[in-house]
Amino acid sequence: MSQALPPFVFTGCVELRQTLDHRATDERELLERLEEVPSGSVFYHTHGYFLRHRPITTAYGNDFASWVATQVRDQVLAERLAVVNPFEFASLEQLREELASIIHDHLLRLSAVPRLEFGEPFYFQQSHIVEVSLGPGASTLAEFRAGLVAVDASAIYFHMVEARARLGRRAGDFAEWIRTSLEMPELADRIERIDTYMTSLERVRARVLTLVDAALEARPR
Amino acid sequence: MIRLEDYRRVAPPGVVDIVLKLADRIRGRRFLHLSGGRFGSGPAEILQTLVPMMSDLGIDAAWEITGGDPGFYATAATLQAALRGSERVLTDEALGHFVEMNRVNAKKLALDADLVCVHDVQPATLIAHRPERGRWVWNCHFDASRPQRRAWTFFRPFVNQYDAALFALPSFSRRIGVPKYVIHPSIDPLSEKNRELAPREVSSVLRALAIPTDKALLVQIGAFTPAEDPLGVVNAYRMVKKHHDVRLVLAGSSAGEPDSLEILSELRETAHDDPDILVRELPPDASLQINALQRAATIVLQKSVRESFGLGAAEAMWKGKPVIGGFVGGLPQQIVYDVTGYVVSSVEGAAFRLRHLLNAPELIARMGAAGREHVRRSFLITRQLVDYMALLIHLTQ
Repeated sequence: MSQALPPFVFTGCVELRQTLDHRATDERELLERLEEVPSGSVFYHTHGYFLRHRPITTAYGNDFASWVATQVRDQVLAERLAVVNPFEFASLEQLREELASIIHDHLLRLSAVPRLEFGEPFYFQQSHIVEVSLGPGASTLAEFRAGLVAVDASAIYFHMVEARARLGRRAGDFAEWIRTSLEMPELADRIERIDTYMTSLERVRARVLTLVDAALEARPR
Repeated sequence: MIRLEDYRRVAPPGVVDIVLKLADRIRGRRFLHLSGGRFGSGPAEILQTLVPMMSDLGIDAAWEITGGDPGFYATAATLQAALRGSERVLTDEALGHFVEMNRVNAKKLALDADLVCVHDVQPATLIAHRPERGRWVWNCHFDASRPQRRAWTFFRPFVNQYDAALFALPSFSRRIGVPKYVIHPSIDPLSEKNRELAPREVSSVLRALAIPTDKALLVQIGAFTPAEDPLGVVNAYRMVKKHHDVRLVLAGSSAGEPDSLEILSELRETAHDDPDILVRELPPDASLQINALQRAATIVLQKSVRESFGLGAAEAMWKGKPVIGGFVGGLPQQIVYDVTGYVVSSVEGAAFRLRHLLNAPELIARMGAAGREHVRRSFLITRQLVDYMALLIHLTQ
């Protein structure tokens, strides 16, 4: 059995939420505030959505689409924002530009700006991630599997979302370690291709486990 | 005494391990909570469990309270009501005395700590006497977004001396000069109010409260105040009663307030004419009764029209009940629309959703189960403990 050095140490995370002094009560304000908030806030309302919506996969994929749909009740803009996959953008600035461009284009087609009647304003927030090492580390694929089954779901988020989108490790930590330390490039490629958008962290965990199980099964005995 | 390990069987998998790992990083650090009292408020209820849990983890956790003469308590209560938005009279003399009493409190209390968390208004001006070492956070548990202007003018300079402020929701805060963090409150699943009860315990409590269980029970628990809208609940029940043979239980306290006594009297009059409306005044510490009532309910209502971040909905969802709540305060955060219950904005909306659920018993069970899981992930005390420890790490690193 191949043994990896260094071992993979699962890292969970805790999200400390900070609310900013920016809020929107209509779609134009949403656009204006979106253009000026720190990029951490764009991250919080898009990628961070998946950490906060762990138990229930909701229909919108990011906080902007969710607010427009449930509070402003503008289904057209909600659909256009919901389809933006944040994992397809190389930087948060590109993601911000795409979201702002969609809202801008939508407003150009309307004679009046859709606004809140009875709903809640949109409050821009950002987060501070506190990392939590959940060692001991895994040195083999079997140990990796055992660790993956047991870790808190925030570890799935940290290695598959936070690592890719905010820490610049584009392949994700699982794929990277399996490729470089276990020297299993095919399995790494399959894990890297898992679509983490519009799903739950538990489903992502299950998909990684399925791929790992298949690799363990195919291993020469 | 309840230990952290006891929470493994109720918290989401892995959370207790996260708690233990975070504790490794802050073992020995002093985390001081300051509040206005040890009983009778949401913050006090949760600190009674949180502080021993932190100590059990090796954190040097402490909880001190401020005290004073009747004038001090009266001004603190008036100031907090004014900061919540009520029109109140606050004289310069009363405010001066309030500040002076906290100066005396500061001399008596050991304020030296790595992180000092000051809960609500009564101890808030202690910030003027902070030692050089340590970070200070003002933890506001109520909606302070629309304070009375004069009260805010007095209070704001104190808030701005803190290193950060903590709110239950972004909408509860207003523009201040320090960073604002958001931590939702939580329930303790092992407390008397939320622990598992055997069916015979539930029956025994209901018998003692003279509540028959031969019909579906619609239950609202809360103060008999205009904010909780018990009269609106009666009107919603009446619309439902035409189609479903249900019983309504309104249980709560009146706290001796004139408004509440008037509402209570009106409810009793209504109940006199309809034997299926049961009004029960509960004592201040009625945790077991509340637990049993929520467990006996078919559907729980929390039809508030004004609210901070009460946790009645989370408590009921933890017991596997769908909740119909008002579209105010922390209720939309607790109730996932169409998944764990409904938030409504009118009496008609409450009646419509009650009928909708009573016509679909399978939905009641499904929403109840989803609600319990939602609370397990988002509103248990283990999550709040993690958030506080993350705050300690973040602010003191």
